[in-house]
Amino acid sequence: MNSKNQTTITKDAANRKILVVRNFDAPLEEVWRAWTESDLLDQWWAPKPWKAVTVSMDCCSGGMWHYYMQGPDGSRHYSRADYVTVSSNEGFEALTAFCDDKGSINQQFGQSNWRVRFSEIEAGTRVNVEITFASVDVLEQFIAMGFKEGFTMAHSNLDELLEMQKV
Amino acid sequence: MRRDVFQAIADPTRREILHHIALEGKTPNILAQHFDSTRQAVSKHLKILTECGVLKQEQHGREIYYFINSKKLKEIDKWLQPFRAQWEDRFDQLDNLLRNQKNKRS
Repeated sequence: MNSKNQTTITKDAANRKILVVRNFDAPLEEVWRAWTESDLLDQWWAPKPWKAVTVSMDCCSGGMWHYYMQGPDGSRHYSRADYVTVSSNEGFEALTAFCDDKGSINQQFGQSNWRVRFSEIEAGTRVNVEITFASVDVLEQFIAMGFKEGFTMAHSNLDELLEMQKV
Repeated sequence: MRRDVFQAIADPTRREILHHIALEGKTPNILAQHFDSTRQAVSKHLKILTECGVLKQEQHGREIYYFINSKKLKEIDKWLQPFRAQWEDRFDQLDNLLRNQKNKRS
């Protein structure tokens, strides 16, 4: 195994975008499958301690991935990704949103646009994720919520973030 | 109007100003030479940047020099930290999955 690959995250708050870049020590087709087949996605998509569970998946242009994240307390948070375009082994573009178990979109956060691109590199595969949020406010809410829902352990930072937003 | 680091970097001219003074302090006059806009426009942005807390001023004789307040700018990184942790966690799991797939095949 090679040393751990770095995750590069850059933000363009002005353009309400976040860019995530990461290399994987695996062939492109494998990485592509992990991103586009629900039984594989369910195994890695949810950050600890959450679990991702697919309700339905149709990964093609015009199709949708409907899933939920289940917390340790059993609570479920539904999301959907509507695939705009899917080009096998190259990339996909999707509109993602929080929703309910029927797929009705939660308007508070609107839809975020995801462009995910896959490219072959010497060591394996590079994945570029470009997320464009509905607005800067949504971007901030989204991250604030990440804290609240326990996506990370960094709870102490929540107070600082809320402090900052008051300014 | 809100005044925070995000407001500071919300404008391309302001981002460029920060870029120019990142390495060394500059006076408004020196800064203005880098821009097509008027000295007045640059001053307006400097005022906003100062109100956002991302600049420090130092008086040298008759000139005022502007410097980056890097402590304040770090707030942007701090703010991104949960997002980063979430993705790193996720990708570590993907690494494991890919490794397992590989072992299964061989």
